[in-house]
Amino acid sequence: MSETLWDQLIYIVILLLKIVAVVVPLILTVAYYTYMERKVIGYMQLRRGPNRIGPAGLFQPFADVLKLLLKEIVLPANANKFLFVLAPVLSLAPAFAAWVVIPFNDWMVIADIDAGLLYLLAMSSIGVYGLIIAGWASNSKYAFLGSIRSCAQMVSYEIAMGFALVGVLILSGSLNLTEIVLAQQGGLLDWFWLPLLPLFVVYIISGLAETNRAPFDVAEGESEIVAGFHVEYAGAAFAVFFLAEYANMILISALTAILFAGGWLSPFEGLWLVGDTFLGQGSIFWFLLKTVFFMYLFLWWRATYPRYRYDQIMRLGWKVFVPITMGWVLVAAVFSVFGLVVRGS
Amino acid sequence: MNTITRFLKSLLLLELAKGAAVTLRYFFQPKFTVHYPEEKTPKSNRFRGLHALRRYPNGEERCIACKLCEAVCPALAITIDSTQREDGTRRTTRYEIDLFKCIFCGLCEESCPVDSIVLTDVAEYYFEDPSEQTMTKDKLLAVGDRYEESIAANRRQDAAYR
Amino acid sequence: MPITEIVFYVFSLVMVSAGVAVITVRNPVYSALFLVLAFFSSAAIWLLLEAEFLAIVLILVYVGAVMVLFLFVVMMLDINLTPLKEGFIRYLPVGIVVAVLMAAELLLVIWSKGSFDQGAFPIPPPNPVGFSNTKALGELLFTNYLLAFEAAGVILLVAIIAAIALTLRKRVGEKRQNPAMQVRVQRDERVRLVKMDPEPRQGN
Repeated sequence: MSETLWDQLIYIVILLLKIVAVVVPLILTVAYYTYMERKVIGYMQLRRGPNRIGPAGLFQPFADVLKLLLKEIVLPANANKFLFVLAPVLSLAPAFAAWVVIPFNDWMVIADIDAGLLYLLAMSSIGVYGLIIAGWASNSKYAFLGSIRSCAQMVSYEIAMGFALVGVLILSGSLNLTEIVLAQQGGLLDWFWLPLLPLFVVYIISGLAETNRAPFDVAEGESEIVAGFHVEYAGAAFAVFFLAEYANMILISALTAILFAGGWLSPFEGLWLVGDTFLGQGSIFWFLLKTVFFMYLFLWWRATYPRYRYDQIMRLGWKVFVPITMGWVLVAAVFSVFGLVVRGS
Repeated sequence: MNTITRFLKSLLLLELAKGAAVTLRYFFQPKFTVHYPEEKTPKSNRFRGLHALRRYPNGEERCIACKLCEAVCPALAITIDSTQREDGTRRTTRYEIDLFKCIFCGLCEESCPVDSIVLTDVAEYYFEDPSEQTMTKDKLLAVGDRYEESIAANRRQDAAYR
Repeated sequence: MPITEIVFYVFSLVMVSAGVAVITVRNPVYSALFLVLAFFSSAAIWLLLEAEFLAIVLILVYVGAVMVLFLFVVMMLDINLTPLKEGFIRYLPVGIVVAVLMAAELLLVIWSKGSFDQGAFPIPPPNPVGFSNTKALGELLFTNYLLAFEAAGVILLVAIIAAIALTLRKRVGEKRQNPAMQVRVQRDERVRLVKMDPEPRQGN
């Protein structure tokens, strides 16, 4: 290599700046996602949600963060201290690391790697470790049982999720997220959600289950068992788990937007009148809009559906979703072989 | 046939869509939460809140220490000591209501022959110290002086039904 | 020294020490976690070799699935350490023989290439820009090694079916809900509306 150490250092600094440019807005989004959650669910229950701190309650997330940071981190007796503290970090790190391969538009991506989709799957499967270690290190049978429930659920739904992604792979012919988006070019009806509709639905629902959100939040059903793997956590350590959960939800929303809803592409592409204006051009604006839409779906469904029973969750994952996705992967293969879905038309 | 339609129905998630439509409709409906300190729900004129001892318009306290309220109080919250004043009238030296015992039934007000002890419509009060639970005579009279206008207005409104 | 070398030595160090820790640490949960760390480091080293597909699949399969199940089992078992230590001396000779055998096999392979010279194992030339590891692997798997690949798939399928068949047994007197039946229930099957005239007043 002809590059000197100095060049490499500059490269690393620029890379770090890029990472900061993604992570800081992400953390802010998480903060306001909690606010959005409380507002949306409140509105659906004919309440107003938080409205005391700042105009329309806009500073509520900061008040919550401040409260959590000022609280004491309680270490349970005989808990494994090192692992107990490590667990929240382990669950947060993959949730943030996955954002490396997310393309915000055709050039805004930190690492445009070829195996991007596999990388994402790997990151989401690592997230399990935070949970399982948290449950074990807490030295509490409730935390442990909760962590086993969450982990079993996440591992099971990863399979349905992986199969849903295989459909996307077959149609796009690439593991690279940028190329997957480019393969969907050509307006609303050319995105993958239409030819892969069953996979799209399965992917979103698996995403709910994967992030342990309602109606699949048995592991931490507030009205029944208060909390699952993180019963023993308080203060800042709990805040990190919280951050990880919401970062994962935002990640799943962004991924749904990229894989099934055309990423940064515009839905009006090629239409007369709007096709030539700003609205017709693909931009980061569209990507963010789609992500926020899927984020809204998470909250909407939380406000709507009652909680599943645990055995029904497992049944849904293994006996319903896996067969559906496997079947539709075959259909997608037929689409691809006979050219029924044209790549990047 | 029936089985097939049912199967399709569950596969198309129609019921889930129906449920989601309901919540979406509610999302846009007007909210009926009342912004409490700024907005308040209307209160009945018979509302039974904090106690008060009233005075006549000339400033003389109404209470004649008949002790009917003490006798009728089901929670034994009222304690009265009385003596004869220089002008020969009977007056209380001590009139105390323990707010922790009081059940706000309003019997004291109904038993009072001179409309002295009343329950105001004040519901927003608090103690900073557990010992402040006892409403002494001075405190009760002060409450009465402060809210006399609204007390009198509420009594006037309700007069026809008593 | 280029940064790649620093990275290589750091990850190698972590990997080797984690590997040693796996077999020396007393707590089985710790050794499982150290094994995860070793997998991670080796994935990082594969990344340096531009084998990104293999590296990610290693994490996805071993770290994400296999080790999670391992941890489940290890955490649930209440392992008593003393009886495990008892047979140590008794099985030591067999262990040493196996260890020596494995080391000898490894050395034999290396010596067959010559020696530990640099020339025997040259650094592979860097891949051209745009070379896709995944694609190359896929092309090899589905052309040259198709039969082996399919055979492996069939064996796995048989294993899955066998595992399910082994656990699938009907117990007598077992009560179980069938969610499909529960969902399919219609109102008419459960509720019967009965028209009733008001009963005459009792007594007088």
